[in-house]
Amino acid sequence: MKNKNAKWYQLSGAEGDVVISTRVRLARNLSGVPFPASLNQERRLEVAKKAREALKSSKEADEFDFLDMANIEPRDALSMVERHLISPEFAKRGKGSALLLKKDESVSIMINEEDHFRIQVMRPGLDLDKAYEIADEIDDLFDEQVKFAFDDRLGYLTQCPTNLGTGMRASLMLHLPALHERGAIQQLANTVSKLGLTIRGIYGEGSKPEGAIYQLSNQVTLGISEQAAIENLKGIAAQIIREERAAREQLCRNPQFEDMVWRSLGLLQTARMMSCDEFMTLISNLRIGVAMGIIPGISLDTIGELINDAQPQTLMATARRDMEPSERDVERAKMVRTRLTSNG
Amino acid sequence: MLCQNCGKNIATTFIKKTINGETTQTHLCSECAEKQGYNSMFSNIGFDIGDFWGSLFAEPMKKGLTDVVRCEGCGHSFGEIAESGRAGCPSCYTTFYDRLLPSIQRIHGKTAHTGKVPSGAGEGLKKERELERLRSELAKCIEAQQYEKCAELRDRIRELEKGEKGNEK
Repeated sequence: MKNKNAKWYQLSGAEGDVVISTRVRLARNLSGVPFPASLNQERRLEVAKKAREALKSSKEADEFDFLDMANIEPRDALSMVERHLISPEFAKRGKGSALLLKKDESVSIMINEEDHFRIQVMRPGLDLDKAYEIADEIDDLFDEQVKFAFDDRLGYLTQCPTNLGTGMRASLMLHLPALHERGAIQQLANTVSKLGLTIRGIYGEGSKPEGAIYQLSNQVTLGISEQAAIENLKGIAAQIIREERAAREQLCRNPQFEDMVWRSLGLLQTARMMSCDEFMTLISNLRIGVAMGIIPGISLDTIGELINDAQPQTLMATARRDMEPSERDVERAKMVRTRLTSNG
Repeated sequence: MLCQNCGKNIATTFIKKTINGETTQTHLCSECAEKQGYNSMFSNIGFDIGDFWGSLFAEPMKKGLTDVVRCEGCGHSFGEIAESGRAGCPSCYTTFYDRLLPSIQRIHGKTAHTGKVPSGAGEGLKKERELERLRSELAKCIEAQQYEKCAELRDRIRELEKGEKGNEK
């Protein structure tokens, strides 16, 4: 049964055992207007108004909500950061910044982040072509109404020169517990950086990624077409997926691994308090267990949704109140327990 | 004009600042400018991220700020862009194109855009891209010995090239 209010992240997609989601973001700026950092509030509001009006004239307008960041509670803004809808910098912006958010949260357009427009499209699983196609359409839609700054030589002009050219950052959220376990991520990071890509932990601090969830994305945006950058990313991702799967097969041969997966499920289903760190470690173990077919009856969709909903700010945003960490740990354990037993 | 600080010497340095959208303009003599630190922009480079990117813009500071060129779109100087690693507005890239290019090359390895061209951009550029695409497709077809398709592609390329020359006249 398809829920009308379903969000994109409640579904898993292609290569879902390793690829959690795909994201494509385009940086765009209005021609002849200084970048947001050089604009006063009044002029930033003008940019937001332009964006809103441009979207209004499209047939997709009803699908989007216009959120004035000045009216968003801090915990709601931070929850959006956890759900990768906005950047941490954008969450702090407040007045003069706005978010155009598609109701299923698969498209978010940040107005007056570092650039005037940051168009972001998210899809479950490995789906780079579709994500780019959607972003490209939205780009065209706005470009018809407001002229984007473009230079024949340098392409789309952005505040930071690292985004010049296509202004496109395509990324994949990867679950790499087996490669992580093997200590292979650092080497992987060195290799991909030579190929114009970067890989980093998503949750937690860079040095200590939680839940073995990583983001692989393109770095170079000038002198490479969108299609070529995507093909490049796909090629590298395919190799990483192969290696992760092979490493998982090896892990499976160890009886301790199966034990760890089941123990993780046991804790998730019974604990009364659970910190976010502990949750991320256990859910990562459970995810690989489900992906390997060790644990029946739980879907990757359920796990994806749990990872999303169990983050601290999102927990508070859902409960509509601020909580002490220990209170959150109780709330988190309760939510996880309920969902994993009723679905199990 | 006399220096707005000491009121004694001739002002030789013009300083324009835009902070949170508010622009102030000051005329200073070279002594006062130096006292206020305007000649030593690069002497205190620390290690925050702005400086990190800024260092990508390393250009020998041969000239003082007395002959600073400012972007017409936002009033930023090259020095300001180099320090923050961020441009002030789209026009900065036209104003300081030659000076920014070496850094852009260091970041991306390349300096020419080959991706999407917005529909509003020049027809010439779009045609050029289409020609590039057709030529590379032609090369592939030749390799694959698909001669019928090669002929088609060749005709299409000739047609476009003809149009291009026609436009130039």
